[in-house]
Amino acid sequence: MSAILPPADRLWWKQSIDKTEWMWIFLAFTWAMIMFFMMIYWHINGKQNLSNEVYKTTPEAFAAKAEKFIAANTVRTETEQNIPVVKVPEGGDGYLVASLWKWSPILELEKGKTYKIHLSSMDYQHGFSLQPVNINIQVLPGYEHVVKMTPTQSGTYAIVCNEYCGIGHHTMLGRIYVK
Amino acid sequence: MATTYRTCPRTGLQFDTEAEKLMRWNAVAGVLALLVGGIMALGVILTRWPAIKLLPPDWFYLVLTAHGVDMLLVWIIFFEMAVLYFASSTLLRCRLATPKIAWLGFWLMAIGAVIGNYAVLAGESSVMFTSYVPMQASPWFYLGLILFAVGALIGCFVFLGTLVVAKKERTYEGSIPLVTFGALTACIIAVFTILTGAGILVPTLFWSMGLIKEIDPQLYRMVWWGLGHSSQQINVSAHVSIWYLIAAVVFGAKPLSEKVSRFAFFLYILFLQLASAHHLLSDPGMSAEWKVLNTSYFMYFAVLASMIHGFTVPGAIEAAQRKKGYTNGLFEWLRKAPWGNPIFSGMFLSLVNFGFLGGISGVVLGTEQLNMLMHNTFYVPGHFHATVVSGTTLAFMAVTYLLVPTLFKREMISPGLCKIQPYLFGLSMAVLTLVMMGAGTLGVSRRHWDMAFSGAPFQYEWPGAAHLMMSLTGIFGVLAIIGGALWIWLVVGSLLWGKKLDEGKLSDKPVPHAPLDSVAASASHTGSAEHVAVPGTVVLAMLLLVSFVLYYFVNWKYLSEVWALS
Ligand code: HEM
Ligand SMILES: [Cu+2]
Ligand SMILES: [Cu+2]
Repeated sequence: MSAILPPADRLWWKQSIDKTEWMWIFLAFTWAMIMFFMMIYWHINGKQNLSNEVYKTTPEAFAAKAEKFIAANTVRTETEQNIPVVKVPEGGDGYLVASLWKWSPILELEKGKTYKIHLSSMDYQHGFSLQPVNINIQVLPGYEHVVKMTPTQSGTYAIVCNEYCGIGHHTMLGRIYVK
Repeated sequence: MATTYRTCPRTGLQFDTEAEKLMRWNAVAGVLALLVGGIMALGVILTRWPAIKLLPPDWFYLVLTAHGVDMLLVWIIFFEMAVLYFASSTLLRCRLATPKIAWLGFWLMAIGAVIGNYAVLAGESSVMFTSYVPMQASPWFYLGLILFAVGALIGCFVFLGTLVVAKKERTYEGSIPLVTFGALTACIIAVFTILTGAGILVPTLFWSMGLIKEIDPQLYRMVWWGLGHSSQQINVSAHVSIWYLIAAVVFGAKPLSEKVSRFAFFLYILFLQLASAHHLLSDPGMSAEWKVLNTSYFMYFAVLASMIHGFTVPGAIEAAQRKKGYTNGLFEWLRKAPWGNPIFSGMFLSLVNFGFLGGISGVVLGTEQLNMLMHNTFYVPGHFHATVVSGTTLAFMAVTYLLVPTLFKREMISPGLCKIQPYLFGLSMAVLTLVMMGAGTLGVSRRHWDMAFSGAPFQYEWPGAAHLMMSLTGIFGVLAIIGGALWIWLVVGSLLWGKKLDEGKLSDKPVPHAPLDSVAASASHTGSAEHVAVPGTVVLAMLLLVSFVLYYFVNWKYLSEVWALS
């Protein structure tokens, strides 16, 4: 009765299971249950849960909303490309557009305030990777994902694109200011 | 159908001549893919090493796509075909069903692999092996993958057919051996996986040819990972089977309990369906309930199964060693194990790396909220190099040290180098995966050409520790590649110049039982139903559990410190 031969005892399913093996199965099972309940616990009591607010959209429709948001709230422009810096109204909605190969606009937030940030892509899939906080969210074309965020510290943050999106992928760096 | 059967004089294993040829060709094709993928790995690693940055971006993404395809698909699946034929016709001592059709499968896989590689190397298909829509590869890319998959599907059916043949021709008594049962698990999952794969790759092929207008990116991700994740479950079943095989061959070990081990394999089949969910945890299109259900119900039972194997495999070895008289203290059985035998050392390193590095990191990564800390970072390839490379690939390397003499009838060349190869590959891979996960914990992206973001409108400076981790990735990556190259050298060298070994007796009919004192038979007589205590294994298992629990909660602590999200 080895692993490469048919079981010597033809009624192998009737053999008793050793105590030690039972103990390990019991422990492993308990641990799996703890991990299961931990996710649910965090949904109720945790402060970091990924939003479920999602709408189907199109690149055109999302771009139009973002344009309106930028036009209404731009406070200045930065860099040679004149990327608009947009102050998101407190508790209000901000739009972040992923496209080949930029994140636009630059968002300006305040520490401790909560914002609804709308994420979507104009073309390929992209990855929203907020650094150095290290929060990572997939961004898809056709889906408008509304994520509520509350910055906990002021500073300058980078948005790295961490879903491969073609040859300019590494130049796709965005920015968020938190005051 | 006339074939002949050869009984290997060294092990007592019996090979159907047709099946044997198929095993050899599949294994060799796999090694070839590993060679190509390994050369690509060198390009990947030397580009991600910040001080070297060898390739320009277009070449980097091309080479990375080829690395993923050749390693994860071509190398692993070719080798798995050999494992399936071995676990059926050799272990059941029967003929292979329909060898002609098996060859058709082999050639479809080979042609598919060539077409896929051609598409990538031609430069039009640097889309990564996941080929997320709407980024488009040339139709040849998808066509190559589809042909390869169809070939593999045919191999699966030949395996199932062979089980039927063995049953009908009564070449074994009672139930199939545990290793064959594990291979059957792998095969059933493979059939499911490949059908899912067809469900997404065929429409994608039509889309790339302009016949379908659009494919929803979220739907694509969900169905694609039904292929991508389930296929990892195939790999796990295959390498766990090999662990049991090696424990049986090297130690004459029998499973602690057939019931438990088989049940654990069965769990893999039951709970794989939507394990793909853990690739979608940071996606917009799935609800939280869906994510929790599919990562816990479906995934934790598969995790439970792996934890069971992680206990029963070393437990079986410990029991066998204790029966031989290595009973001192907790660990004499382990200290006195044949550490100089690459079959064993490779297998044991594979077990430890897979459990401690791959398993734990995988569950953390697959926890709904924790996933946001690592999604698409360098942590992800760090994790799966611990599973599919230092777990699966290393197990395949280890079993090859057994296959070269029995299947290829050659003695391994350079026994000294054979002795160190599993350590070189296994240990540098272990460090590599740790530093990759370290870089990912600090946020470094996967599939990213430039940590300096040259050409971007802004600058972002990664923490110094991230640069350090990436440099270490470079160093240990190169060491791992040397370890892999050494293995290829040893295997190819042995096939070409190794001492030819006696091939054993040929006969027209299968011989029902292995010679009594051979490896293939001896184990069956050592076993009795009485239980042997395995305290050493209990200690190892508790160590795993404690590391698991600590690391799991450390990550919740990290999560609690980031911006609030809801
Ligand atoms: C021999 C040494 C190896 C080294 C040094 C190595 C190194 C790497 C590195 C650094 C990456 C990540 C690149 C990035 O995301 O920027 C990577 C990706 C990958 N590797 Fe390996 N690897 C090796 C062997 C293998 C093997 C044996 C397999 C499979 C069995 C494998 C499968 C993969 C896959 C599937 C990816 C993901 C590609 C993608 O992101 O599309 N690797 N490898
Ligand atoms: Cu991008
Ligand atoms: Cu990108």
